[in-house]
Amino acid sequence: MLEENRNCGCNCGNENEMMNNNDYDCETRREMMQQIQALNFAIIELGLYLDTHPEDQKALCLHNKYCKELDELEEQYQKAFGPLTIKFPCNKWRWLEEPWPWERGNF
Amino acid sequence: MWTYNKMLEYPINIKCTDPRLAKVIISQYGGPDGELAASLRYLSQKFGMPDQNAKAILNDIGTEELAHLEMVGTIVHQLTKDASVEEIEKAGLAPYYTDHGVDVYPSSASGVPFTAAYIACKGDPIANLQEDLAAEQKARATYEKLINLCRDNPDVIDPLRYLRQREVVHFQRFGEALRGVQDKLAQKKFYMNDMKPLDNDCGCNK
Repeated sequence: MLEENRNCGCNCGNENEMMNNNDYDCETRREMMQQIQALNFAIIELGLYLDTHPEDQKALCLHNKYCKELDELEEQYQKAFGPLTIKFPCNKWRWLEEPWPWERGNF
Repeated sequence: MWTYNKMLEYPINIKCTDPRLAKVIISQYGGPDGELAASLRYLSQKFGMPDQNAKAILNDIGTEELAHLEMVGTIVHQLTKDASVEEIEKAGLAPYYTDHGVDVYPSSASGVPFTAAYIACKGDPIANLQEDLAAEQKARATYEKLINLCRDNPDVIDPLRYLRQREVVHFQRFGEALRGVQDKLAQKKFYMNDMKPLDNDCGCNK
């Protein structure tokens, strides 16, 4: 189905966002979320370690690598499945979409 | 889940130490109508909230209250950090100083430590939202009293005015959420009796 052009005319630059994209099925969503959770955890863990070992170059490189990967993956995920934080711009307010994480959304 | 943002929601830069003000402002940190109670109240109520808009508003206001908790803690810290023992004694903070030094400890202005008895989760969306509306008004009233007490310190009044204004906005949003829930409860309900049962038997009763 063709997505209606939602240009609101206010130059917010969001008229081309894809929504409910059928290219991404439920299984893809689960896999992407698992990868996001894994990267998120790795960054938290490296962050704690770097707080007490700020000179560790190897850990710092790993932190950089995971941050970049997470940025890209989150961008991709949020465009398809809606925002993960309130800071992601949408042309429709998808923040209200259910289930929430505490509602057995499998995620 | 949460991620920390390395900034305050609104800037705080207090130039003059004044433990006298810290003694009363601490109430918005760990007192009955303080930001810690507010945050825990909303973030705990969200689990049982059936309404789509209301659960989002509980989640998001509960999150903002954590940012306000940090702001109030910052005000208390900046007011006490460089205070002399004489100033602390004169402000009536000797008992607090004995137990906590100049750390920021969640307690009320009268010295009662924080307790979860300040919050309620009643298992009823209307009762919970009414509680939240009252809580926002009580917090607004507390900020107004604090602003009166801080009248000679503009560095403190400025963030307090901001926090007071946020209580007003939260009250507004909770009011809208409550209206939404009440409208839904008042809607006519239709039951479809001759529908075939869905094939979703998991077999656990066999």
